[in-house]
Amino acid sequence: MNSLSTYLIISALLFSLGLLGILLRRNLVGMLISVELLLNSANLNFMAFNRFLAPDPAVGQVIALFVMGLAAAEAAIGLSIILAFFRKMHSISSERAQRLKG
Amino acid sequence: METSSLNIIAQAAFWMTVALTVTGASIAVFPRNILYNVLGLALALSGIAGLYLCLGSFFVAMMQLLIYVGAICIAIVFAIMLSPPLHLQIPERPIFKMAMATAISVTFFVAAASVVFRTDWSPSPDRVSDLSRWSVQNLGDMLLTRYELVFEVISLVLLVAIIGAVVTAGFSRRSTS
Repeated sequence: MNSLSTYLIISALLFSLGLLGILLRRNLVGMLISVELLLNSANLNFMAFNRFLAPDPAVGQVIALFVMGLAAAEAAIGLSIILAFFRKMHSISSERAQRLKG
Repeated sequence: METSSLNIIAQAAFWMTVALTVTGASIAVFPRNILYNVLGLALALSGIAGLYLCLGSFFVAMMQLLIYVGAICIAIVFAIMLSPPLHLQIPERPIFKMAMATAISVTFFVAAASVVFRTDWSPSPDRVSDLSRWSVQNLGDMLLTRYELVFEVISLVLLVAIIGAVVTAGFSRRSTS
């Protein structure tokens, strides 16, 4: 049960849920939440491969830590963009972001 | 007898963690109420921290709780205030878009699952199955020797991101009000 395929399937499930969220939601905060799910599923993959297959079992953990740092940066930038967007458009629906559409 | 019952408890804990993660992820995606989404995200991230514990990495599990649940979820909670009020009429989702999105993500899941099941995963031949390689001490050694450049560059990226966030949020205030 505690095998590589189990973790890979869980991670694929999380990734497809995140993908569904990105495609379905129009609330920008909801899309940001889905992006966090995607990053976490990739991270889970790194950790699982690291645990079961990798030549050196510390590399995957290091990469997982780096991904977490970058996710923190991404969340900060994303939230500030959402804030700026709200000040301009008075809404956080992605359908309002059509100014460049012409 | 002792070990088998212990094993069953470990299995049950593992599957409960998996159920917690998947339930949290579903709550994070499906409900229309944005507050439920954030709480579901926190649940899913805690479940993933439990999965890291099952994989044997205590340090990364703690970092997951600290960074994701403690920092990112709380930051998202602040942004909830920008959402439209919950008592307003929620616009309907177009059926066609929903069907397309569901089809795409189901296709992705089926493709990934078939890849997982059809590949013969075998460990790398020069794998060190030494459990001491999992220790926090070894992790710290690697962060400060082999991966030091990446470590420093990530600190720089975080600094630039924080300054960029302040500038993005601050400049738009000045230009509109």
